[in-house]
Amino acid sequence: MALNAAVITFPGSNCDRDMAVALETVTGKAPMRVWHGDADLPANLDFIALPGGFSYGDYLRAGAMAAKSPIMSAVIKAAERGVPVLGVCNGFQVLCESELLPGVLMRNANQRFVCRTVGLEIANTSSPFTNGFTKGEVIRVPVAHHDGNYFADDATLDALEAEDRVAFRYTEPCNGSQRDIAGVLSSNGRVLGMMPHPERAMENAAHPGLGGADGRRVFESVVESLVAA
Amino acid sequence: MKIQILVRLKPGVLDPQGRAVHHSLEGMGFDGVEDVRIGRLIEMDVSDDTSEETIKAMCDKLLANTVIEDYSIKRFAAETA
Repeated sequence: MALNAAVITFPGSNCDRDMAVALETVTGKAPMRVWHGDADLPANLDFIALPGGFSYGDYLRAGAMAAKSPIMSAVIKAAERGVPVLGVCNGFQVLCESELLPGVLMRNANQRFVCRTVGLEIANTSSPFTNGFTKGEVIRVPVAHHDGNYFADDATLDALEAEDRVAFRYTEPCNGSQRDIAGVLSSNGRVLGMMPHPERAMENAAHPGLGGADGRRVFESVVESLVAA
Repeated sequence: MKIQILVRLKPGVLDPQGRAVHHSLEGMGFDGVEDVRIGRLIEMDVSDDTSEETIKAMCDKLLANTVIEDYSIKRFAAETA
């Protein structure tokens, strides 16, 4: 089954092509490419991805202006209909700024850009993005960001944990995120924001220590969930 | 009409940038700095009939993220700005 996926490109997105390649790899069909200024999404979409990058140069706050772009009204409506939405890195920031997800991504606690592969503990296994994993399993996925320090007030964090909406946690110090949160789900589990880049971990390289295919399983989980539905 | 919007991190929200600046000031030998917090000043020129509600909506919807930031609005009469 070829799924209809779309990748949204904002001015300053720079991981949109990687995201498109990753989606084509797992769905067998090139995703549609949608510009931020479009008012509508293509019909019959099965999946929407907001890619990494630096939309609007991170001016004001990372993701703030992209969250108000015309296409985001359509993305919010699609999410309300239950279309799975994945936001990676800048895409996560856009999802928070658009209030599809709670909290905000602040400047890394140590002020430095972090660019390396980190361990992620699988905290949720019930969402379409994570049901291909085992709870507590540790995967390795690259991060590359300056503003990945997840913040929400304690009541929000308690609620996220009580509702099983923390998707991934860092297994090592990364950016100062509250409770080591690396990925957050919406209340219905259909929207996932994550700072690590699964689209950069799609295949094992010949050289040991390079590459890795753990990110691919996030996409495979979604595809299997959608096909099963 | 000129307006100034001061956006600041809420009390209790860690400000890594402020902390780094604080550390630098201490390293330069300035004593007695208790705390440093960094905010953002936004100046706008708006038509005189712009309502307080409209300005607040701009702040709530875009200029500030009220999860972590507070804002205050200051208006200047045209002749004094």
